[in-house]
Amino acid sequence: MRWIWIDHFLEFHSGKYARTVKQLSLAEHHFAQHFPGYPVMPASLILEGLAQTGGILVGEASQFQEKVVLAKVPRAVFHREMLAGETLIYEAEILHLRPEGAAVNCRVLVEGQVTAEAEIFFAYLDQNRSQQLFGKDNFVFGGELRHIVERWTRKVDRAKSPAEGG
Amino acid sequence: MPTQEEIYSKVSATLVEALNVDEEDIKPTSTLQGDLGAESIDFLDIVFRLEREFGIKIPRGELFPESIFQGDPDFVANGRVTPKGLEELRAKMPFADLTQFEKNPDVNKLSDLFTVDLITRYLHNKLSK
Repeated sequence: MRWIWIDHFLEFHSGKYARTVKQLSLAEHHFAQHFPGYPVMPASLILEGLAQTGGILVGEASQFQEKVVLAKVPRAVFHREMLAGETLIYEAEILHLRPEGAAVNCRVLVEGQVTAEAEIFFAYLDQNRSQQLFGKDNFVFGGELRHIVERWTRKVDRAKSPAEGG
Repeated sequence: MPTQEEIYSKVSATLVEALNVDEEDIKPTSTLQGDLGAESIDFLDIVFRLEREFGIKIPRGELFPESIFQGDPDFVANGRVTPKGLEELRAKMPFADLTQFEKNPDVNKLSDLFTVDLITRYLHNKLSK
């Protein structure tokens, strides 16, 4: 299974705000076990989707030059269970963005109702240290997460020039 | 300009959120790392929250100077902060109470300087400017 917990972007405002969508499909493997006959999206995976939405937002602000890692989740509240068949909208808004790290405020909405809220804190891995540990590749923003952003960028470009985009 | 008590009460509420501790565990003399269990990433979280709470900007290294003692032999020798290092501390952290630390300037005790009181004094100085 690939570790991508968002489907695509609905909105992206560089350095400020992003909105993604995650369609919960019964075809996803984890629903078989969580739970048999009652397919609840695990809260940890919802948090991961929020972290991916917020993490891309933070990473894009430095053109993905930094390795952005989830450092802590000071607050996470889940108002109800979210089930297979539902469409989750993830919102992430940057509260603070500094060279040392960033804080992001996140919400989950289902049919316009807020179903979860969280604050997520990101740190930048020290460039020298992370090169020693992981080499030059930016393992955080590898091909797959970047693909989601690039798909969004292409969509925006097409909207700007519909004639060229065909 | 808020009073010292008002500042303390907001600092206390900030630490409850950032460190997930109970308000009754927070005392003016509590050390952030030793008593309240703060880790390095929490310091930046605390800075962000104080900025929001007090509507101020806290430049990097102003409240929690991280770089003073990183590998400078002028400031630290044989595990102890040198007189020059103490001078640097006084200059960088005029809001810190160094009375106890000066008696035994063990570098491992540096983290004990960072108390709830220290944050309150820092904010009081900053807000009164």
